[in-house]
Amino acid sequence: MNLQEMRRPIESGCPDGMQYMHPSMIRNFGQWRYHDHPRPGVLVHHAESGESIWTVKAGTQRILDVYTLRKLCDIGDKYGDGHVRFTIRSNIEYMVDREEKVEPLIEALEKEGFVVGGTANSVAFISHTQGWLHCDIPGTDASGVVKAMMDELIDEFKHCRMPNRVHITTSCCQINCGGQGDIAINVQHTKPPKINHSLVANVCERPSVVARCPVAAIRPAMVDGKPSLEVDEKKCICCGACYPPCPPMQINDPEHSKLAIWVGGNHSNARSKPSFQKLVAGGVPNNPPRWPEATAIVKKILKTYQQDAKDWERVNEWVDRIGWPRFFELTGLPFTKYHIDNWRGSRKSLNSSTHIRF
Amino acid sequence: MSDSRNKFHDTPMLDELESGPWPSFISGIKNLRDKHPDQRINGVANDLLGQLEHSYETRKGYWKGGTVSVFGYGAGIIPRFSEVGQQFPDSREFHTLRVQPPAGNHYTTDMLRQLGESWERWGSGLVTFHGQTGNIMFIGATTENTQHFFDEINDYGFDLGGAGPCVRTAMSCVGAARCEQSCTNEHRLQRELVNNFTDDVHRPALPYKFKFKISGCPNDCTNSIERADFAVIGTWRDDIKIDEEQVANFIDSKGRQYVIDNVITRCPSNCMTLTDDDRLEIDNRNCVKCMHCLNVMNRALSPGDDRGVTVLVGGKRTLKIGDLMGTVVVPFMKLETDEDYEKIVEIAENIIDFWAENGLEHERCGEMIERIGLINFLEGVELDVDPNMIAHPRESSYVRMDGWDEEAEKWFERKRVAAQGG
Repeated sequence: MNLQEMRRPIESGCPDGMQYMHPSMIRNFGQWRYHDHPRPGVLVHHAESGESIWTVKAGTQRILDVYTLRKLCDIGDKYGDGHVRFTIRSNIEYMVDREEKVEPLIEALEKEGFVVGGTANSVAFISHTQGWLHCDIPGTDASGVVKAMMDELIDEFKHCRMPNRVHITTSCCQINCGGQGDIAINVQHTKPPKINHSLVANVCERPSVVARCPVAAIRPAMVDGKPSLEVDEKKCICCGACYPPCPPMQINDPEHSKLAIWVGGNHSNARSKPSFQKLVAGGVPNNPPRWPEATAIVKKILKTYQQDAKDWERVNEWVDRIGWPRFFELTGLPFTKYHIDNWRGSRKSLNSSTHIRF
Repeated sequence: MSDSRNKFHDTPMLDELESGPWPSFISGIKNLRDKHPDQRINGVANDLLGQLEHSYETRKGYWKGGTVSVFGYGAGIIPRFSEVGQQFPDSREFHTLRVQPPAGNHYTTDMLRQLGESWERWGSGLVTFHGQTGNIMFIGATTENTQHFFDEINDYGFDLGGAGPCVRTAMSCVGAARCEQSCTNEHRLQRELVNNFTDDVHRPALPYKFKFKISGCPNDCTNSIERADFAVIGTWRDDIKIDEEQVANFIDSKGRQYVIDNVITRCPSNCMTLTDDDRLEIDNRNCVKCMHCLNVMNRALSPGDDRGVTVLVGGKRTLKIGDLMGTVVVPFMKLETDEDYEKIVEIAENIIDFWAENGLEHERCGEMIERIGLINFLEGVELDVDPNMIAHPRESSYVRMDGWDEEAEKWFERKRVAAQGG
């Protein structure tokens, strides 16, 4: 096609959601009074006007094929009001204007294999990244880890038996696109990149690769008469930041790219201020197709939290109350030198007091 | 499927992800391979499964980036070319289109069907609502078909999001559409902000990515403080509204002990008291709007009426200098009139302009603030210092302070203007 025939884009940006919104949500926009939680997976919001709206939340496989998408739409047309939305954790929500519609809707969703739940103090759907299915730098497959883990955690998604909500995330590299979570399962590389020196000069913009390194461990070098890059392996923290701008610096390693588990990330301002997740376990095998070792640790942490935390305590607040030594004692996870931070600002993470629980 | 490849790839490892009670994405891809009437889609699904199985066996990814865009844009598509395309030719070009969802992620089933139909006409038939930034991810199209698909959905109101060093797709919570805690019109604000920067979404020319996220209250359901360069959070500055009758009902049903253990003593600024006659008293001047008591006593307590927003700047994930949270740069502003919206858009413009001028390549806004200090940033974007921006004042005496008198006078002057209602 020549340029004259190319269609100019309409730069419309973010569409107006109002055109798709449930009519009751439009009528009562900004006029909601309170909500109830009649059962896991169902919320009912009551408006000043006296109207109420029921929401049924369901978990899906997130990577939807068009058949599954149509199945979700069919259910919405037959049992719902034809209006849906997606939560930021990729659950689908059906809004209906009458209570009688709720049970048949739940039945239809469950009959088709979708999972109703994920509200209040449940284990929410694991938010995750693309992984081997589509990413250019992944150390693992997020969709697979999540599927395997949700198979085991499904009862906690369907019930509200945790002290407070639990957000789990996964990420396939240390950039951590999955974000902060009460529990996070992230790839952690343990060896420096393996460099294919014959490709570097052609593929990589060497100064920007040098600039990308957080610890200044990369420098330009001539290798076998060709311009390339070399890594000071003593300084290298194996973060993989050089790999996206320079694919010949392969960081993913079938054996040495491990998983690490972090806890206590919490985005909410409720009670305590937002917090970042902290390392609790490393060296976890990256073991497809079902990653049993990672799942076992996550389940152990969840169980301990469930038994020991008080109502409304998120994971970070629970650990703040009982202290880190007790966390490691209760979960049976080893405490190592790697848990002690040495990144910038890390002195603030050390205990400079005699506040010690015996 | 092409003749030479009319055989399904064996996928013993992926097959193991078809068992178990949670819905399986592998079964979904297999449906496209086995049932879809379009042979093109059957072939793409088969080779995609083949490559994914290969990744599972070797524990490595095989996608490479590149440069693909639609006519007139420089961003919005994540190019993926297979490194093992010889073995899996039907999915060798497998690009993702990032498409901006309607604000608040609302859809009719009709619109979802229409998007699905367009996507199976041109793409793989695999889609995610939504990626971590907030885009609809249409996963898997050839270079040529990205243009056809975009042309089709762009005609009925959808536009690409950002990718690369540009303003990214924004996100807002359900907010005023269905939440009693909402303190602002998240929906309008998301569109006012991101649609002001359409050019910066489609043509990457910034130091790195820039994300807007809007949450209607401090529960921050969009994770804005930890994930957005520009986080806007609804709040209020008058008293929490108390429904006395509902307070009494709550105490009756839950008991006094529960209220003490789960409401009163959980208040981070200790501003709540349960009186001997079972009334709830709140020292509102010391309330930090954490939301806990409103979350627990949902019927009895509501946000006040003098509502507005807090703006925090500089949140981001790990690369390059480590995780950063956003920092308060506007403690409170009203967001009611058109002028209020213009003002917040202008603040965003000033920040993006300053960062575009001063940020290094691949440096997020928060990292730039870390490098130059908050003061230089505030002066650059013309925002006044405020004690709400800090957890505590400076601890180090290593600072030159010979402008003290002028700076103190600025503070008193601002106080005088504020007292006159300016």
